[in-house]
Amino acid sequence: MKKYFLGIDLGSTTSKAIIIDDNDRIIGRGITNTRANYTVATEIARLEAIYNARFSLLKMKLEDEIERRPEYKRYIRDIESVFRYIQFKRRLDRLNIQFRDTIDGTFGGEMKENITQYVARIVKEIGPAILDEYLNGNLGQKNQFFRDIVSEKYNHEVNGLAKAYFEPMMLVYDKSISHVENELTEYDFGELIYQSMELLNDKYSGMADVAEEEAGIGFDTELNLLKGNYKQIYDSLKGHISFIANLDIHITNMVGTGYGRALLPFPEKSIRSEILCHAFGAHAVFPGTRTVLDIGGQDTKAIQVDSHGLVTSFYMNDRCAAGCGRYLGYIADEFNISLNELGPLAIEATSEVNICSTCTVFAAAEIRELLNVGQKRSDILAGLHRAIVMRAMSLLARSGGVRNEFTFTGGVARNQAVLKYVSDLVLKNYGSEIKINVHTDSIFMGALGGAMFARRTN
Amino acid sequence: MSKEVAKERSMIIQKEMMTRLFRDLGNARETGKKVVYTFVPGNISELILSFDMLPVYPEINALQSGMRKKSGGYIRDAEQHGHSEDVCTYVKCDVGMMLNGNIGPTGEKIPSPDLLLLSYTGCFTFLKWFETLERLYPGVPVALLHTPYQEAHKITPEMTAYMVKQLKEEVIPKMEKVSGNKYDEEKLKAILRNSSQVEDYIVKIFDTTKHRPSPIDAYFAGVYYIGPINSGFRGTPEAVDYYAELYKEILTRIDKKLGPITPEGEMEEERFRLVVEGPPNWTHFREFWKLFYDMGAVIVASSYTKVGGVYDMGFRVNPDKPLESLAEYCMNCYTNLNLEQRVELLSKCITDYHADGFLVNSIKSCNSFSAGQLMIMQQLERKLEIPVGFIESDLVDPRYFSYSNIKNRLESFFQMLEQRKMIVTR
Repeated sequence: MKKYFLGIDLGSTTSKAIIIDDNDRIIGRGITNTRANYTVATEIARLEAIYNARFSLLKMKLEDEIERRPEYKRYIRDIESVFRYIQFKRRLDRLNIQFRDTIDGTFGGEMKENITQYVARIVKEIGPAILDEYLNGNLGQKNQFFRDIVSEKYNHEVNGLAKAYFEPMMLVYDKSISHVENELTEYDFGELIYQSMELLNDKYSGMADVAEEEAGIGFDTELNLLKGNYKQIYDSLKGHISFIANLDIHITNMVGTGYGRALLPFPEKSIRSEILCHAFGAHAVFPGTRTVLDIGGQDTKAIQVDSHGLVTSFYMNDRCAAGCGRYLGYIADEFNISLNELGPLAIEATSEVNICSTCTVFAAAEIRELLNVGQKRSDILAGLHRAIVMRAMSLLARSGGVRNEFTFTGGVARNQAVLKYVSDLVLKNYGSEIKINVHTDSIFMGALGGAMFARRTN
Repeated sequence: MSKEVAKERSMIIQKEMMTRLFRDLGNARETGKKVVYTFVPGNISELILSFDMLPVYPEINALQSGMRKKSGGYIRDAEQHGHSEDVCTYVKCDVGMMLNGNIGPTGEKIPSPDLLLLSYTGCFTFLKWFETLERLYPGVPVALLHTPYQEAHKITPEMTAYMVKQLKEEVIPKMEKVSGNKYDEEKLKAILRNSSQVEDYIVKIFDTTKHRPSPIDAYFAGVYYIGPINSGFRGTPEAVDYYAELYKEILTRIDKKLGPITPEGEMEEERFRLVVEGPPNWTHFREFWKLFYDMGAVIVASSYTKVGGVYDMGFRVNPDKPLESLAEYCMNCYTNLNLEQRVELLSKCITDYHADGFLVNSIKSCNSFSAGQLMIMQQLERKLEIPVGFIESDLVDPRYFSYSNIKNRLESFFQMLEQRKMIVTR
């Protein structure tokens, strides 16, 4: 039996899981937002990683066919997206029940009736809109959390209602979402994947005639190949998919890390500090790494490593959240936009507003003042991003500076504006010869380090 | 680890010494003894004792208040009195204690000062501290002994002459006036002869950490070991007896291959050997210590135990040159060394005592220690290729001790050391 190793990084904002094989190859990734319940977050991340591993193993199994037939690749990608949609839909159905319970327990009379109606209408609209984004858009590839997907749409709909309903509608949402997030829903992989294939077949059969006429406008080769072919692809992949669905992914050893690590039901030897895991993960992906900057939800870490990936020193922020992911979350709330929109908006800036506050809470007051005096939103955001990076630079300096190569990890590394300022300032302060590494899996580095420790200590 | 902790004889002796000291202070008005307030770094107790006066050390009172969970209230009162949040918490604790009747750690009232002996050794706050005390005790005489910083890496004859001049022209005349006694050089020489013996013992005691397992913890227990010389017993026969007894006990521990004594008994397995820079946190001293001994970490050398005098680089008082010796002693204090000298000293400790790692406990409100700590840490990391760690707390302000933050960082640090050991072993 093949051996697999699991690393879990229980962060303050997100929980991540990584599964590797015995060649340190990543085969599964899982991520969820960490709310009050660490145990549920761990399980969700772990199960996600196992589902993801099944897809990876399927792709590895069919590597040659995928190479020869691009429509296979597209078909598997589409199944993954629809698979995610079905998971989403089940949680949405559960949320709908919770909405009704919350309304029943909170309101009465006319208010209750109206709210029930509004919520029902919102849920009715959200479902198909999101299905479309999964099926025809790229939501399936985005790794967005259930809460973020729903809240974006819900907030949009609530903004269209009369002002008097804003507070009660938000109350219904806040009270209900945590319940659903803190519930563990285990899915039967086989059942979900067959449902996904059925839904996909509907999609391909429905678009068959239309695609011919629209050829030339946004022509999609892979999709075109699938159009008349999907039944045959379905038949030939069915056996492989069934094999993967029933495959026993045996986790030989696991290591937990991150802020919540003490809460993991792992033996003491399987718990590692996140400093070591982030450094080990970053060094494994970029072996030339000597300095790691990790900006996570509630802390920023500057870590120096040697040629083996062993930590020689580290420095963390201690007393203030300004400069971490949570700061960005707070700012996004202040601007009433989602976290994902922050970076792109800041990149559009024509100039940077100087933000003086070193405190998350006071920065919000400063933003309101700047908006009042007519500063552009994008320019303020650019200033805020720069302020965060300046704090990270100070930590880096305190930890001993930047040594070549420099690897940037953590959830915040996905923010393009932060990345721009980090790159600018590192090159400016430590020399243009510094090589800057950022991986698409940067948020998973801690979990990857954990999984690698699990393999080595097995 | 055994939970039965039998007190060693030296511990009992020390406790008796301290009780007697505070009783003498409590009775000072009745016995007519004059009281001199002074500081631990560069404390020239021998000179005070030669005038038959009693020394009081505000830092010792503050740390004792911290350990007895009284400092939080004292600091709050000092802040209400106008001291900023950023002021040294030893100062605020001391001021708060005075505002609350100056009741010392043993419950006896500490007498007001008859003289403030400001021996300035590398800490600017000392100047401001005694300015505050001067206002709290109007009319009290102040003697300033300015210690030149070892900027150029050495003590020159001019620096010694400058200090001796101050002793002769400023300090001694004020002591004569306050005590009513004439300066007696022969008496001072006799006291210094005891000091010299004590200094030899101290060097031998802290040098025992070269053994494996180390028989003592040179930080958490070390601060108790330096208690007598930093609280008024330097140069006394009691101090000679105490250190002779302590050394004897430690030699027995070495023979039996025993590890250090902790509040929960003997540390059975020595897993990590560390050198620590910076003062400890006093408000959560036991919890802080436990974070180390639970992990099998023993401190084999620390800079804080050298705060009242550095002897391991060869300095000893010379009874035949009493005033010159006192001057050189002051200039040799840890906080009066320049940063390169501190790196050299710590580097020697790391090498001589085979430390696995170097850790800084940075104190939020202590300027004299915090300045340069990161530079020291980085230089040691590069020079010795040793894993280094950095934690933050405070002296006696309980608001700045974050157990979970410190634990989190220490866990990472210990895992770093373990990982490195595994690689080295392979």
